[in-house]
Amino acid sequence: MAILCDADTRLLVQGMGRMGQFHARLSVEYGTSVVAAVHPGKGGTEIDGIPIFNGVREAVAATGANASVIFVPPSGAADAILEAADAELDLAVCITEGIPVLDMARAKRALEGSKTRLVGPNCPGVVTPEQCRIGIMPAQITKPGPVGVVSRSGTLTYEAVDQLSRLGIGQSTCLGIGGDPVIGTSFVDALALFEDDPETVAVVMIGEIGGSAEEEAAEFIQSNMSKPVAAFIAGQNAPPGKRMGHAGAIIAGGKGRASDKIAALEAAGVAVSASPAEVGETLAKHAGLGR
Amino acid sequence: MNVHEYQAKALLAEYGVAVPEGELAGTPAEAEAAARRLGGAVVVVKAQIHAGGRGKGGGIKLAQSPAEAQQAASEILGMTLVTHQTGPEGKQVRKVYVEAGSDIARELYLAITLDRATECFAIIASTEGGMDIEAVAAKTPDRIRTVFVDPVAGLMPYQIRQIGFGLGLDDEQVVLLDAFLGGLFRLYVEKDCSLVEINPLVVTADGELFALDGKLQFDDNALYRHPEIAALRDPEEEDPRERAAAEIDLAYVGLDGDIGCMVNGAGLAMATLDMIQHCGGSPANFLDAGGSADKEKVKEAFALILGDENVKAILVNIFGGIVRCDMIAEGVIAAASELGIEVPLVVRLQGTKAAEGRKLLAESGLDITPADTLGEAGERAVAAAAAATGAA
Repeated sequence: MAILCDADTRLLVQGMGRMGQFHARLSVEYGTSVVAAVHPGKGGTEIDGIPIFNGVREAVAATGANASVIFVPPSGAADAILEAADAELDLAVCITEGIPVLDMARAKRALEGSKTRLVGPNCPGVVTPEQCRIGIMPAQITKPGPVGVVSRSGTLTYEAVDQLSRLGIGQSTCLGIGGDPVIGTSFVDALALFEDDPETVAVVMIGEIGGSAEEEAAEFIQSNMSKPVAAFIAGQNAPPGKRMGHAGAIIAGGKGRASDKIAALEAAGVAVSASPAEVGETLAKHAGLGR
Repeated sequence: MNVHEYQAKALLAEYGVAVPEGELAGTPAEAEAAARRLGGAVVVVKAQIHAGGRGKGGGIKLAQSPAEAQQAASEILGMTLVTHQTGPEGKQVRKVYVEAGSDIARELYLAITLDRATECFAIIASTEGGMDIEAVAAKTPDRIRTVFVDPVAGLMPYQIRQIGFGLGLDDEQVVLLDAFLGGLFRLYVEKDCSLVEINPLVVTADGELFALDGKLQFDDNALYRHPEIAALRDPEEEDPRERAAAEIDLAYVGLDGDIGCMVNGAGLAMATLDMIQHCGGSPANFLDAGGSADKEKVKEAFALILGDENVKAILVNIFGGIVRCDMIAEGVIAAASELGIEVPLVVRLQGTKAAEGRKLLAESGLDITPADTLGEAGERAVAAAAAATGAA
């Protein structure tokens, strides 16, 4: 089961530059079916045995691809996202960092009513352990199991996954939803998917300063979730008004503080780890998992 | 990216938004001449720095004549202006903007920004102009009206009417607002702004509308398609280390502690600061070396961290996904031998090629404290900084 991707996923790559090729290769090594890549103008050729097409529709028609990973540079990324939606893929995972927020606000609106779920942009992707790797995560640190992991950050996802795996707790699916202000899949969306997934018994959620996605997640957890959730919020000591690496990680106008997010999550019954080093243990205790 | 008020006003004028006439001046004599050209009557001399609250700090002065304008400019130019937004160190004033005085009947507030919850543009209007909008939101939230604009459909005339009549404007002024707000919105969208704030928006005794102050912020991610906006950047207004970091494509934010940090990934970098504080220490900086960190970049990052004289210890925390830990280790070794790192160094390497990286460090002969987990890394860095402080 798991969410978003599994052993049946047929992945296509949009943007076969250096990074796209490198991670396509790693995904293949992990056992993912990478069936096609799109590189306008290079249709009919092959890279590492992966057939190249000029457009997403054409690639889907020829290979039955149902998910896409996008490595297209920022100026063309919104276009790539909407091309994936036009081809009615189930899933488009956009890794690209640095897309203008206006492009994303419009693309997000244009995706409404489409069949395609967008994850990202500015995210590390999705891994369902031992089944499918989409994006740039070091999948070797994951192991199959019952915990869903969802995070706004890349490396902090790895940190949480590593802590779980070291405790002998595996993951159903790990996903990074991205550090930008406008993203395709929110915490609430991911939590709803985990709640409905029979193989997920508990969830780790890694938030950070900026915006109100964690507060919205707290509301959702309070009223809609039966599964235990443990969380960590990064940036507890970040100065206001400073962008902390991610475009979306900024305390602006007195909003988006870690303390408010932690309070909202705790009020919703979430076990919030005070230390980033104890996310795994916090989940283990809260959900009664682990050795 | 932020710009100065005079630059913002030039852009506002370009988009048909009414602003008072004004001129930039770099010397008191230029200020006097500007005041004369503006008609010789009342002018306002305004310090040009990237921070609000200039009036309270003595950076905005009224002048009744060109001679007074010269006097005001001589007082403001060169001063270190401290406001609630500059931090205690303040900012040095290098230019003033000399602006024709306005006959103010009412002061209103108008801003456009992206609302992350609805993913729409929010137009925020308030009858309480000239005040900090956060204070208004806290004390009198009923005096703020927010209208959400669909990013595809754009700003609709009914929304302008809602805002105008909501602000208590009469029908003629609502017509003026149509051009004013319409211009603001076009500017916001066409130039990829992240904030347009007019505070105050002035209604004159004659019923005209003017942007008395204007603040524009731009989406850094969109500057590539607006070279004319990127050219407005004033490096003097930026923190020198943040600027140096940006030039080598590192995300850096200076803090006031004593543990220098080098981390890959924004989330892990934030969590590393949290870890240090959780262990009772204090971080000197946020630094995300990014996904493409290699030997050269690590060396540059070290140089940046060591440029902060408060740094008593350095914590390197790398969780390799794309980044390879062996390349990070090579960078650490190169930095240590070439830059002469004299502060204690705690290094944690995890993920891709971590074992190879640790081996390189262990065989380098350098005095490096290794750490396996994030918790260990935090504890050891805090202990190292405390020991260094005690020894000094």
